[in-house]
Amino acid sequence: MEIVIPPFDLKSISPIVSLSIAAIFILLLDVFCRKTFKDRLGYISFLVVIATGVVVYTQIGQNVYSFSNMFVVDNYSVFFNLVFLLSTALVILMSENYIKQEGVNYGEYYTLILFATVGMMLMAGGADLLTIFLGLEIMSISLYVLAGFTRDKVRSNEASLKYFLLGAFVTGFLLYGIALLYGATGTTNLKEIAAFIAENSGLSNPMIVAGSSLLIIGFGFKVACVPFHKWSPDVYEGSPTPVTAFMSIGPKAAGFAVFLRVFHVALPGLQPKWSIVLWVLAVLTMTVGNLVAISQTNIKRMLAYSSIAHAGYALVAIIVGGEFGIASLLFYMLAYTFMNLGAFAIIIVLGRKGEENANIEDFSGLGYKHPLLAVAMCIFMFSLAGIPPLVGFIGKFYIFSAAIKSGFIILAIIGMINSVISVYYYLRITVVIYMKKPIREFAPLSLSPLIISAIIIAICGTIYFGIFPSKIIAFAQQSAVLY
Amino acid sequence: MNCDCPILTLVTFLPLLGAIILLFINGEKQERIKRVALAVAIIDFIISMPLFILFKTDTSEFQFVQNVPWIKEFGISYHVGIDGISLFLFLLTSFLSLICILASWNVKDRIKEYMIAMLILQTGMLGVFISLDLFLFYMFWELMLIPMYLLIGVWGGPRRIYATIKFFVYTMAGSVLMLIAIIFLYFMHYNATGEYTFDLLKIYNLDIPLGAQFWLFLAFFFAFAIKVPMFPFHTWLPDAHVEAPTAGSVILAGVLLKMGTYGFVRFSLPLFPYASHQFVPLITWLAVAGIIYGALVAMVQEDLKKLVAYSSVSHLGFVILGIFVFNVQGMEGGILQMINHGLSTGALFLIVGMLYERRHTRMIADYGGVTKKMPILAVFFMVATLSSIGLPGLNGFVGEFLVLLGTFKSNVLIAVIATSGVILSACYMLWMFQRVMFNKITNPENSKLKDINRRELALLLPITILIFWIGIYPKPILSRMDASVNHLLTQVDEKYKMTLNRLGKSEDVLEASEVKSED
Repeated sequence: MEIVIPPFDLKSISPIVSLSIAAIFILLLDVFCRKTFKDRLGYISFLVVIATGVVVYTQIGQNVYSFSNMFVVDNYSVFFNLVFLLSTALVILMSENYIKQEGVNYGEYYTLILFATVGMMLMAGGADLLTIFLGLEIMSISLYVLAGFTRDKVRSNEASLKYFLLGAFVTGFLLYGIALLYGATGTTNLKEIAAFIAENSGLSNPMIVAGSSLLIIGFGFKVACVPFHKWSPDVYEGSPTPVTAFMSIGPKAAGFAVFLRVFHVALPGLQPKWSIVLWVLAVLTMTVGNLVAISQTNIKRMLAYSSIAHAGYALVAIIVGGEFGIASLLFYMLAYTFMNLGAFAIIIVLGRKGEENANIEDFSGLGYKHPLLAVAMCIFMFSLAGIPPLVGFIGKFYIFSAAIKSGFIILAIIGMINSVISVYYYLRITVVIYMKKPIREFAPLSLSPLIISAIIIAICGTIYFGIFPSKIIAFAQQSAVLY
Repeated sequence: MNCDCPILTLVTFLPLLGAIILLFINGEKQERIKRVALAVAIIDFIISMPLFILFKTDTSEFQFVQNVPWIKEFGISYHVGIDGISLFLFLLTSFLSLICILASWNVKDRIKEYMIAMLILQTGMLGVFISLDLFLFYMFWELMLIPMYLLIGVWGGPRRIYATIKFFVYTMAGSVLMLIAIIFLYFMHYNATGEYTFDLLKIYNLDIPLGAQFWLFLAFFFAFAIKVPMFPFHTWLPDAHVEAPTAGSVILAGVLLKMGTYGFVRFSLPLFPYASHQFVPLITWLAVAGIIYGALVAMVQEDLKKLVAYSSVSHLGFVILGIFVFNVQGMEGGILQMINHGLSTGALFLIVGMLYERRHTRMIADYGGVTKKMPILAVFFMVATLSSIGLPGLNGFVGEFLVLLGTFKSNVLIAVIATSGVILSACYMLWMFQRVMFNKITNPENSKLKDINRRELALLLPITILIFWIGIYPKPILSRMDASVNHLLTQVDEKYKMTLNRLGKSEDVLEASEVKSED
């Protein structure tokens, strides 16, 4: 038996490799450096992420398969990688002050975040179910730890444990699905699966149908769509706020990247079937997410349900597929990054030590006390609600345009009605901010230049790309082809 | 006419610029903030005047056009222009915004944010009337929701939060359906011509299948009918009006409601002529129901503001009626009535606001004999009341007369019922006036009332002049409308006949069946 070692194409994975090395390096720095140096780790990680972003940026326009077709670099993955890195960079900016304040300023924090990002990038570029699984686990395991990072707090531990147990359970589903698909088709490569299904009418093969159903469950859990969403409010609420912010963007976007690639590259033959399933899931996800969000009193929980609802909108884009659908998903992910991270950054700024300012009521009268923060929060809320001229509106507009173009008019109408429902609870935040009297003194703001710059970046993105989205749309359209 | 200087853009975005300037002024300096806002509004009004003077009356083309690509990837452009239909609404907006800023002089609470909201609101409203691109239109349409929401919610009355959320959710619910319809039209245009565009003028040429017209018309209808508001979508209006601060009420009645009726004229009729004709029975009956219902409910109100709010429902019914009778008189009357309603109801809300500032009550029963203490106010109040009723010689008469004339031409029964609305309006308005202004002073509080000051005079005088001007000599206004209204109606008519021919029905047969169903 001859063993062939496939050619190494390190160039294609250079961003991932460099980010991993940097992550390990930061871990070592943490151990071997002086205490005072520790404060700099956040800056270093930030620079590393920016540098990686530059490397990723140079990959635009390449369409390369490497490592025996297990990994792919195309504009689609590049776009997602940039979204991941942007969200990671913003989260690092938001974390620095928070983890000091909470007394958990350990270097592992940044290492774990960077490793989670590595996992996401691996997922976005995965052209084989195994690569995807690998990426997913790297990401998830880092997140399990991050969720419990404020280790003295019961809620944080609970979140971590809950996330871990359920996540591990779902990993089983996912692996089982992969195994079934492998059993039926004899391969884990996405393109080869598609070819096999095309040749031997896959719809009639129960193993393939069962396998893909299990994949829907697995990915559905990762992106928190109803009915696999139960973990997310608890985990969001219990986790340290920057981690919650991180979880609401990066891992979700990665989940969608994989979701879309697997179902449109490997299983287009089954589209008639899975698109019905996803249709139902999308409607459920939007509706349940929005309806339950209305009754939340804790802002992190509310944003968790809102993020479930947004996952529903993104599912619409996945169902639609095609150049338009994919481009709209890409755009939406970027839009969501800006507005959601911005909202979380404000929550962090208002937080007190040991007790995050987490109840909606605590925002009462913010407009009187801190007018600038209040305006920023309102902009993020209006953008999340999809009101022009903010980026969230363009994102929703794009997704529902894609749906209408492909004839999913009822789905678009349900989505639009949902976005009206969502207006209600986003408005409630602005009502509390401007129209209620403060119920207690605000804690001194935990402002640092880093978090201020994060908020400014988020605001600029939310407004600028709402009014002049041309460049991003063009880029998304270029990236909307799955190589 | 194509003017080199982009007047429309200047007028529209100057308030936004003013809002940005205000951001950098210290909130403590109330006087300076008010003066800057007022200066911006005055300049804005002055630079909008050339539109009236330079407007060419002999063409139905859009004038002062500007067309710049904006989001090329979607075929969205910044395409603005006005014709005889939007010209006066545009001018009315810049005029009333100026009045409102002056009317808000006594706002003490967070004046900076207040003025910023007012100015952004002004940009949003002006933008709606000039947009010739569906996407741009929708942007402005939604943009103006936020400042209005804040105006009611922050500076409103005791039930402001309920009112403002109701206002927002109602309007938003209507407009998302419109957004879907807009996107649908966009792809329909692409399928027909291969060009992605939101340009209204290009989409006008689209020949929309009948089934689709029906649904698209309905989607637009909900958005506009809620905004107008047509009976039975009016329930948000009294709440919003009662809770809004004075300036908010004036803007709401004067401009925001007109967006719905304007939308019917600009979008529903020319885009879906066949469906519009099909819906005539339903819409005219709803309009008449609104006229009568609004008047009857207004009659029993004890709250001045509520009374004026319900009278709006009634008056807007006339506007809708005028638009949907499909003849020149009706349409011109309808458009003129939009302006008239903006002026007379605006004046009424201002007056109610002035009374409220002095007595802190809006209950009719708390007043009585005010004329003796406030004779100057009484004059203006009387003029506004009579204008609202439609007394000959004042503006309301011209508009209502034209509308009823147009209605008589197309449907006598409806016209007869609608005319009774005029009588009812005389009842509730005069009765209200009598109870508030005449009689003896029974409440000692009222004997301390002071007459209006110079600022308040400056608010009411221009409106009153306009009320008389339009009432006595409406020609400069009607002549500027003529070409556009005629063009619009021919356009609608041609497309409608074309559809009928294709259906193989002669027009007579169809009209006969329509009349039958109406009677």
